[in-house]
Amino acid sequence: MKKVYFIGDRVMDIVAYIAYALFAFICVYPFYYIFINTISDNKLSEKGAVIWLPKGIHFQNYIDAFRIPDIANAAFISVARTVVGTTLAVIVSAFLGYMFTSKTLWKKRFWYRFVVVTMYFNAGIIPWYLTMMNLRLTNNFLGYILPAIVSPFYIILTKTYIESLPQELREAAEVDGAGILKVFWKIILPLSKPIMSTIAIFAAVAQWNSFQDTLLLMTRENLYTLQFILYRYLQSSNSLSAIVNATSGAASMLARAQTQTSIRMTVTIIVALPILLVYPFFQRYFVKGVMIGAVKG
Amino acid sequence: MGKAKKMHGYKEFLLILPFIALVAVFAYYPLYGWIYSFFDYQPPLPFSWDSFVGVKWFKMLFQSKSYISQTLTVLRNTFAMSGIALAFSWLPMFFAVFLNEIKLRPFKKFVQTAATLPNFISWVLVYSVAFLLMSNNGMINSVLKNMGLIDRPIDFMKDSSHMWFKMWLWLTWKNLGWASIMYIAAISGIDEGMYEAARIDGATRLKCIWHITLPSLLPTFFVLLLLNISNLLNNGMEQYYVFQNSWNREYIQVLDLYVYNLSTSKPPVYSISTALSMLKSLVSLALLFAANGFSKIVRRESII
Repeated sequence: MKKVYFIGDRVMDIVAYIAYALFAFICVYPFYYIFINTISDNKLSEKGAVIWLPKGIHFQNYIDAFRIPDIANAAFISVARTVVGTTLAVIVSAFLGYMFTSKTLWKKRFWYRFVVVTMYFNAGIIPWYLTMMNLRLTNNFLGYILPAIVSPFYIILTKTYIESLPQELREAAEVDGAGILKVFWKIILPLSKPIMSTIAIFAAVAQWNSFQDTLLLMTRENLYTLQFILYRYLQSSNSLSAIVNATSGAASMLARAQTQTSIRMTVTIIVALPILLVYPFFQRYFVKGVMIGAVKG
Repeated sequence: MGKAKKMHGYKEFLLILPFIALVAVFAYYPLYGWIYSFFDYQPPLPFSWDSFVGVKWFKMLFQSKSYISQTLTVLRNTFAMSGIALAFSWLPMFFAVFLNEIKLRPFKKFVQTAATLPNFISWVLVYSVAFLLMSNNGMINSVLKNMGLIDRPIDFMKDSSHMWFKMWLWLTWKNLGWASIMYIAAISGIDEGMYEAARIDGATRLKCIWHITLPSLLPTFFVLLLLNISNLLNNGMEQYYVFQNSWNREYIQVLDLYVYNLSTSKPPVYSISTALSMLKSLVSLALLFAANGFSKIVRRESII
């Protein structure tokens, strides 16, 4: 078939290319800008001379940042909650998704609804806070983990996925006398890897990015997460740089001495890096998640 | 059902019971806390059943002059920001439709990846980006200074003008690419034959978009619009919390943030803020049911 071109179509093409290139630039450049400034000469960076390419490359900022005990500890807390929270969320979601496809589960419809309805309401922050306080989960690492174990959205995803698997395998295993847990572990889990990757990615991002629970629940500094530390650094007016320079001994090397901005930028990149690195490779899992969610949601 | 099957069902239930208990504790039990809005409760003092005050706090919300004016300001902000977002809710569809027109696949992929990236960083990071770009010694100021356009830095972060619109811009920066994914998927499901037939009849691409693509996307758009309407009061607090400062508070405080700010004010007013958030939840739930009912009548399909 011969293609027909119209003037209007060509104009539209050009406008679209420019507009999308611009939007993509606006989405990516800020991170690039902050990153090149963290590895540039801090004096030049302070003057606003680092815009397109890094100048006077060094990595002292990162070395100094991890010498701040706050940050090292917060990084540990953030990683720990992400690893533990994600692992539990993935396994539990798969398990509940599997159980809710069982034909025999007592009052299955009721319990499924009991779980899923919670997506549509919440009691508000004060009742939630008081609940957490009564459960001794304030200033407690478990406060990050326990509320995130059962998540209705992930259960909808796994249930939908498991329903689409061939039922014969499972029935054959059940006939062979395999118990519920054995079927789950040996058959359902290996078959559910794609959906579990999707959930793992969602849960990990949610745990890593979580800010509000630290704000509401934690007053002990050793439970602060990276997100929370970053927020505090952006707010604090006292000179962070003095503290860092005093502990790092880099103050003599002027080009590498920390400024208020250099520390803020460095921490920003430390907090953003896991997402920036992981995201492009796992984008398809995110997309898959939103699709399955859209069908059901 | 046979007895063995029934026993099996109970056994299965025992296996999920711990998780049902978690849901009960973290999602249902906090609802019980709504009773605090009928009591004079001042933590850390222990709760006492004698402090029952009836609907005193609700009355106060609707009768005390200072609360009324506060609440009206907060509602104004909430509706303004949700309203702007609603008015632009066609933007993700628009984004997806014209992105689909781009034939250079690597470019298309790159735009999609770049545009969805900000969705996965936290609001704290968005704020940090805003701060590092726009504050006194941020990038925009140094560029303007180096170009000789200004002598004195402008602190954009302390500027409270057009707050609603600026908050919408940040929200769009963060969400637009992600929100368009649903539409991109819907577009890929449209029958290619329709386009071919239209082209043979001499339709321009804009005509194809207008007569084929957009009508096929409208059902998706409609569902998302209804969901947005039912979330009118739920702006969340994180975005507004991180961006708020003493200069912009009057314009940035939305309901969710106001509830939080009330509970951290000195002295904290737990009961009033619980009363307010309870009203908010009930209104939201009513809106959700209304939207769902509307969808059932118009589309014969529910959205929840």
